[in-house]
Amino acid sequence: MLAYDDVPALLTRLTGDEKHDWSSLSTVDVLWVLHDRVLGPDDRFLLSKGHGPAAFYAVLAAKGLIPADALDGFGAFGSMLGYHPDRTLVPAAGIGSGSLGHGLPIAVGAALTGRRIYCLVGDAELDEGSNWEAVQYAGRIGLSALNVVVIDNRSSTYHWPGGVEERFVLEGWSAVRCDGRDHDAIEEAFASATGERPHAVVAEVEDKR
Amino acid sequence: MSMRSRFYRLAGEALEDDERVAVVSAEIGVGELPDHPRHFNVGIREQLMIGVAAGLALEGMRPIAHSYTPFVIERPYEQVKLDLGHQDLGAILVSTGASYDAARAGRTHQAPEDVAIMAALPGWTIHIPGHPDELERVFRRALANDDRVYIRMSEEENAAPVRGDGLVLLRSGSPLVVAVGPTLGPTLEATADLDVGVAYLSTVRPFPYDAFAGVTDVVLVEPYLVGTSAGEVAAALSDRPARIFSIGVPLAEFRHYGTPAEHRAAHGLHAAGIREAITRRL
Repeated sequence: MLAYDDVPALLTRLTGDEKHDWSSLSTVDVLWVLHDRVLGPDDRFLLSKGHGPAAFYAVLAAKGLIPADALDGFGAFGSMLGYHPDRTLVPAAGIGSGSLGHGLPIAVGAALTGRRIYCLVGDAELDEGSNWEAVQYAGRIGLSALNVVVIDNRSSTYHWPGGVEERFVLEGWSAVRCDGRDHDAIEEAFASATGERPHAVVAEVEDKR
Repeated sequence: MSMRSRFYRLAGEALEDDERVAVVSAEIGVGELPDHPRHFNVGIREQLMIGVAAGLALEGMRPIAHSYTPFVIERPYEQVKLDLGHQDLGAILVSTGASYDAARAGRTHQAPEDVAIMAALPGWTIHIPGHPDELERVFRRALANDDRVYIRMSEEENAAPVRGDGLVLLRSGSPLVVAVGPTLGPTLEATADLDVGVAYLSTVRPFPYDAFAGVTDVVLVEPYLVGTSAGEVAAALSDRPARIFSIGVPLAEFRHYGTPAEHRAAHGLHAAGIREAITRRL
């Protein structure tokens, strides 16, 4: 298994781009902390925001969950790795995603069995109303096995005035905002789940635009 | 006992008998379905209903999702396509209302196009039971598997169940009138003294292509959008000169309330309408 410092090289294998500043990928630090420190062997991670999965694939490769050689064929006809993940090709992906607003409702169903679930969404993804069906129901029934992390790069056109975490709190969740680049802060934000209600971590990164 | 009440009873038994079974509902049927720890009523949230069914299946459960036809198939169609189909997860979707059971309720509660759009998705078994006993048979079979199954219940039903799977030949002759699900009753009445064959079909996907050996002339009677399976019949007959005629619910928006019987007659799906359509082509 590789370390966080090895992730840029894996990302370069994915795209062939050596000049890119990979630390700018909005999800890379949260994905790393989840897979390096948070997820237990019985937990399940669902990537709902399937757009821009390069960081996800690189972290999976660093953790030995997919072969690093697969990174070289990213997006090619015979590749297991596409521009949106397909769980039947990459079992480690948990779910296939790409169309926004599907992962969180699926996460609710999986968490109803008692399994601890972590689901990653984007702040613009939360525009999709299907997410709020899931947030409302999970909050009302106190679905404590469910954890959601919102990558907040303020890419939602109409924004979430007052912070998106307030919407989760209103629906009965615990919610905390953290620096989405600070690994210790991310770990602490996940650890602050109460065990009595679903938990949302809003991981703040640089603005997309 | 109607198909609907039979389903509610069977779902309750399944929840008791098999801890893999879970029921997901969205307010519809909540009064009739049992109060059970694995019956999840998510409120009026149909996208969530299908997503939750998928998440349960992801964890090895056997989910059953139930609502009126438009609300379990059409409103969450992308969830049906992606959360179940694309994720390759199984579920049993059970609809009530069929094409025009909710005649008085109007277009918003009617879904004659449901089978056509479900048939456009790969990997689904689609049952159109014509009798509560047939519903029970396919439901029990679905419980024992992990595949994707759509069961379309109707308040219209035939006088007696038909035994057997696939295309069941009830009477030889040509043309062969193929009655789907609850259209069998009026079809038998319509053809009682006509020199035609009659066959019954209640599982329309996968389609029984091989059961049409020797058949050249088909009248397809469907309780939903006209011609939904006409392409399948055409494919089954594609190696011979053949003739196919379809009877079903017309595509045009039908802005009438009234009773299911009035809708059936207006669509030509009652015995007189089916008879007229057949004799005109004999």
